[in-house]
Amino acid sequence: MNRRESLKTLGIGTLSASALIAACNSDKENVQVAKEVTVDKTGRQEFEIIRDKSLQTEKFFDPVEMTTITVLANLIIPKDEHSGSASDAGVPAFIEFIVKDEPEHQLPMRGGLRWLNFQCMSRYNNIFVDCSPSQQTELLNEIAFPLKAKPSMQAGVSFFNKMRELTAIGFFTSKMGIQDLGYMGNSPGKWEGVPKDVLEKYGLLNV
Amino acid sequence: MQIKKSSTAYDVVIIGSGAGGGMAGYVLANAGIKVLMLEAGPFFDPALDSQQLKWSYDSPRRGGNATRPMGDFDASYGGWKLEGEPYTQKDGSEFQWFRSRMLGGRTNHWARISLRMGPKDFKCKTNYGVGDDWPIEYKEIKPYYDKVDRLIGVYGSMEGLENDPDGIFLPPPKPRLNELFVKKAVTGLGIKVIAGRGSVLTEALPGNTDRKACFYCGQCNRSCKIYGDFSASSCLVIPALKTGNLTLITDAVVREILTDREGLATGVSYVGRLDLQEYQVSAKSVILAASTCESARILLNSKSDRFPNGLANGSNVVGKYLHDSTQGGGVAILPQLMDRKRFNEDGVGSLHLYAPWWLDNKKLDFPRGYHLEIFGGMMMPGYGGYFGFEGIVVPYLNGYLPGPDGKMKDGGGYGLSLKNDYRRFYGTMAGVGCHGVSTAREDNYCEIDPSVVDKYGIPVLRFRYKWNSDEVNQARHMQETGQAVVKEMGGISLIQPAGPETNYGLDKPGKGIHEVGTVRMGDNPKTSPINKWGQAHECKNLFVTDGSVFTQQSEKNPTWTILALSMRTAEYLIDQRKKQQV
Repeated sequence: MNRRESLKTLGIGTLSASALIAACNSDKENVQVAKEVTVDKTGRQEFEIIRDKSLQTEKFFDPVEMTTITVLANLIIPKDEHSGSASDAGVPAFIEFIVKDEPEHQLPMRGGLRWLNFQCMSRYNNIFVDCSPSQQTELLNEIAFPLKAKPSMQAGVSFFNKMRELTAIGFFTSKMGIQDLGYMGNSPGKWEGVPKDVLEKYGLLNV
Repeated sequence: MQIKKSSTAYDVVIIGSGAGGGMAGYVLANAGIKVLMLEAGPFFDPALDSQQLKWSYDSPRRGGNATRPMGDFDASYGGWKLEGEPYTQKDGSEFQWFRSRMLGGRTNHWARISLRMGPKDFKCKTNYGVGDDWPIEYKEIKPYYDKVDRLIGVYGSMEGLENDPDGIFLPPPKPRLNELFVKKAVTGLGIKVIAGRGSVLTEALPGNTDRKACFYCGQCNRSCKIYGDFSASSCLVIPALKTGNLTLITDAVVREILTDREGLATGVSYVGRLDLQEYQVSAKSVILAASTCESARILLNSKSDRFPNGLANGSNVVGKYLHDSTQGGGVAILPQLMDRKRFNEDGVGSLHLYAPWWLDNKKLDFPRGYHLEIFGGMMMPGYGGYFGFEGIVVPYLNGYLPGPDGKMKDGGGYGLSLKNDYRRFYGTMAGVGCHGVSTAREDNYCEIDPSVVDKYGIPVLRFRYKWNSDEVNQARHMQETGQAVVKEMGGISLIQPAGPETNYGLDKPGKGIHEVGTVRMGDNPKTSPINKWGQAHECKNLFVTDGSVFTQQSEKNPTWTILALSMRTAEYLIDQRKKQQV
């Protein structure tokens, strides 16, 4: 068993994908976008180049959905003294791409957003983005803590798990997020082993 | 439709450009023999085509697996499924077939783990009471392992272990911090841990100016732009092309090997992947190295009046004795590594530490062993590949460990506290992967599915593969070892222990991508298609040099043995040509 498989065992693993290439969208706005799309061709297979271009010219989420995703992403990963917010790191655009790339996210995301807005309409007579910050956090507190969430909120828990996962992936794989985590590799050098002070700290000098 | 016949007659045509085909091509071309190599996929040069040093954000899917099953930066073109090239199953079999269609094949993305089989491994029946003995001994192949070590380069440490022979080693890389925690735990369980053995140039390779020493990006699976690790493309085929003696045709999907009335191979029939034209080439000898299952498929599809059962298949065992490694292990979060110090810990993209099989099977309820591959470290945050997004576990575990203030909180969450948790957990994962032996058995096989063809009209393979109780017992032992290592480290296991209903977590056959055995070596033409030289018993100018020739695998990853055997077969072919035997 490798790490990927073990994460799958937990039910939270890397999601496999067998995306279908949707027919090219011909509306004017998207054609405009298409001209700006550039795709790296180095070492890429022809079908991958076509696919990447095609996915980047399509749109899945509508404007209200995108706004909701942006608000949620920034609640999950806000700006602090180390780095910017999820939207500063381009997370909403990543989520728009990845649901087309891995279509198994589409239904849970669209349906989950709908679930969220229906909850908000019922409780506060507004969709999520039009709720007050305190109303938004009040609802999130009922779906963001899986072990203490009420059974009746399980649909919201599932949606929020996915939203949080996609947000974290989008943020921590961005330039800003990688710097935030302090990853220092991907640069040519000579690997001399773990620094001595670190070995000492953990009592591993003679291991 | 018209079949285009080449007017050039080559000395040798080689089918496949991976470890087996690449090595044969390299040896023959350097001996002045005119070689034609056919590769089913496109040309691939790691110097130009590698995704090395790209950042996660250079991929729109951040390294995700949508088009490449091991991640967007992985070098392999292909995967478990190829569009228009299906394979089928019978009897509830779930064999998974990984194919890389490209120059160099799967050697472009493999983990470079380069282990020799040991003296006992070549005599499995004699030493372990299961499977069969090879028709060769370790001492016959040792000189070729030595030559492969010198030609390609492998790091390791001299240990003097009986069944894990030392090689001619470059210095091994130092372990990562997480790996030291695993080493300490594994050692504490009484298991000897030694340096990994990998074909990565930790120093410049003496006498080789085409390849540079490793610069430690840890990305061997992307293939290396400076040829710092071994790929058949960079280290064998591209150098062979420079001799002027090797002609390469890419995008050539082989249908069958052609034979004459005397039963000798005369050439190969293939279809152009891009132009869909039909071609025939002729040669005095044929080397088959299309990969374990593909080679069996080509032989079985090479039917004629003389060989109605497929070429070299009078024994009726081509396709049979298919066997792949078993896999298991343990993985955990190490709480003691929370908030760890940051430094560049990429290391090499191969194995830093491993534990050879350490127990006596006579005292166990399964006949063959497995080794431990130790992993962990601060990897580039990314999505996809084997590692996925490591941070995925954070909202599931942050309720089980105290925060920086020493207080517990509810798991999950959002906002500044969660954001900080991702930082705290970064680089805390570690574990062991287990790779074990399965036994070659006649009733695990691939065969031609008589009713299904691929998009080129070539009949496809149908698989039948079941694990037996030996392998399931071994998987249970792997799981126990994995859990014991995690406990010894004080880690939080990320694996829910599996029970007998799921074979203790034993993965589907094929997932080890160490499948071998379908065109096995043997002295007896009635029970084996090829002899100890890799030469077909029934067709003396046909040779096989890929993993299909294995009589019986060991827990050692197969590539180094494929390379050594291919070199040996190529030298034998040169000798036979001199004696005008072929």
